[in-house]
Amino acid sequence: MVKRSALPGFGLSLGLTLSYLTIIVLLPLAALVLKAVQMGPAELLAVVSGPRALASYRVTLTMAAAATLFSGLYGLLLAWILVRYDFPGRRFLDALVDLPFALPTAVAGLALTELFARNGWFGSLLSPLGIEVAYAPAGIAVAMAFTSFPFVVRTVQPVLEDLEADAEEAARMLGAGDWQIFARVILPMVLPAWVAGCALGFARSLGEFGAVVFIAGNLPFETEVTSLLAFIRLEEFDYPSAAGLACVMLLAAFVMLTITNLLQARWLRFAERS
Amino acid sequence: MREPTARRAGDAPLVRRTLIGAGVLLTLLFLVAPVAVVFVQALAAGFGPYLQNLAAPDTLHAIWLTVLTVLVVLPVNLLFGLAAAWAITRFSFRGKSFLVTLIELPFSISPIVAGVIYLFLYGAQGLLGPWLQQYDLRIMFSVPAIILVSLFVTSPFVARELIAFMQTQSSEDEEAARSLGASGWQMFMRVTLPNIRWALLYGAILCTARTIGEFGAVSVVSGNIRGQTNTLPLQIELLYNDYNAAGAFAAASVLALIGLLTILVKALVEEFGPRERNEQS
Repeated sequence: MVKRSALPGFGLSLGLTLSYLTIIVLLPLAALVLKAVQMGPAELLAVVSGPRALASYRVTLTMAAAATLFSGLYGLLLAWILVRYDFPGRRFLDALVDLPFALPTAVAGLALTELFARNGWFGSLLSPLGIEVAYAPAGIAVAMAFTSFPFVVRTVQPVLEDLEADAEEAARMLGAGDWQIFARVILPMVLPAWVAGCALGFARSLGEFGAVVFIAGNLPFETEVTSLLAFIRLEEFDYPSAAGLACVMLLAAFVMLTITNLLQARWLRFAERS
Repeated sequence: MREPTARRAGDAPLVRRTLIGAGVLLTLLFLVAPVAVVFVQALAAGFGPYLQNLAAPDTLHAIWLTVLTVLVVLPVNLLFGLAAAWAITRFSFRGKSFLVTLIELPFSISPIVAGVIYLFLYGAQGLLGPWLQQYDLRIMFSVPAIILVSLFVTSPFVARELIAFMQTQSSEDEEAARSLGASGWQMFMRVTLPNIRWALLYGAILCTARTIGEFGAVSVVSGNIRGQTNTLPLQIELLYNDYNAAGAFAAASVLALIGLLTILVKALVEEFGPRERNEQS
């Protein structure tokens, strides 16, 4: 690594990076932590364990889980057909997967609400069947799934692409059918990446705001997610509650970040071994 | 790539057709329909009313504020991304992996939390609140807050793309330029920049798209003052809550168009960028 010190700009680039991160990332985070410390553990615990807060965690977690279940299956299906098959429009479909990342969440929320409203394209078909999506818990899951499924596709896709045909051929020669090959050979190899993608999507869903507020109906205890409750507390100038809820969300984000990092590290080890 | 003769799992025509059909159908319902409905609703009353909705003074101001935010945020985060990627990929130092985690941290933080932490830093009740008041400086609920929180939310985009790309490149070209007597600036402009231009463009596209579309974080810090601190995504919500659906969809159609352009340019960069990279390596 001595060789690399032949290049200029180490002090300047690292100094710039650290200063910027301090001002833009660390200082604001420290401000929230300081606020929480000032409140003290008793008050903090009280604001994050109120009935409305607990209900918001329940709504957020269950709907994020439902969204992740859908994203996991739909994302795996898309990754599979994009990698394994060649068909007209494949590249277009591939590009389209990035749409939820490129489309502002407010637009996604507005569009999904319009589609699933009672007089909307989908809502007018679902409503007579007794299925309510807009302004109901299911709407939250739909919005979360929309913004998070590309994570699954984009983590599974490269692993599927790198799969060599020889393991499949060996299984086939030993008499395995397609389904057995998929379940016993392909799935175990793709599983770590799939779980990592689902975890990324789940983490994103826990914090989602823009897409959810349009479609959720935002009824306390029923369709109110934690991010929205934090926002409402701010509008009520109830800063301690907002700080407490933000701390809970930050903690959840750190837990999810650790899990995905561990999963990805595990997957890398797995990839190196094979 | 692969031997075309080898039949692999799932290649049976029926399975293949079923899976492609299911994937395409779900995508039409789940991805294409939302974009389509935005344009259909925006143009429901015809093209004239559509343009009138877009030309509403508050909407025009929201568009201008969104553009202004991008004009500040993009150059700053380009500079940050270049500095971070240069330090991380060209030198070895302790705590590097921690630094990378720190750079990517804003990706994991909910937009609402991003807004809240800025409120507790610059707000009247915040850490710097008393100090700012003393000098009669106002950051919260004004344009600077929108810019700052956008900087936070989009800071990892350029850096991550550049770090990922520059890690795959050796620093030989740059070292050669130095040993031939190029100054640091000449080396950067003539060797580094041409090599990384596609990754840089890719990061810039993602950063711009997110800056334009950020909703939650901006929503917390902007104060939603009509015609003053409303960016385009906030304007959509405001119009929608005013029961002005036509106006909301008109504003949304602009953002949807930008979103479509983003994935188009991204696909083009992926198509033409790597080919050039291969030629060089």
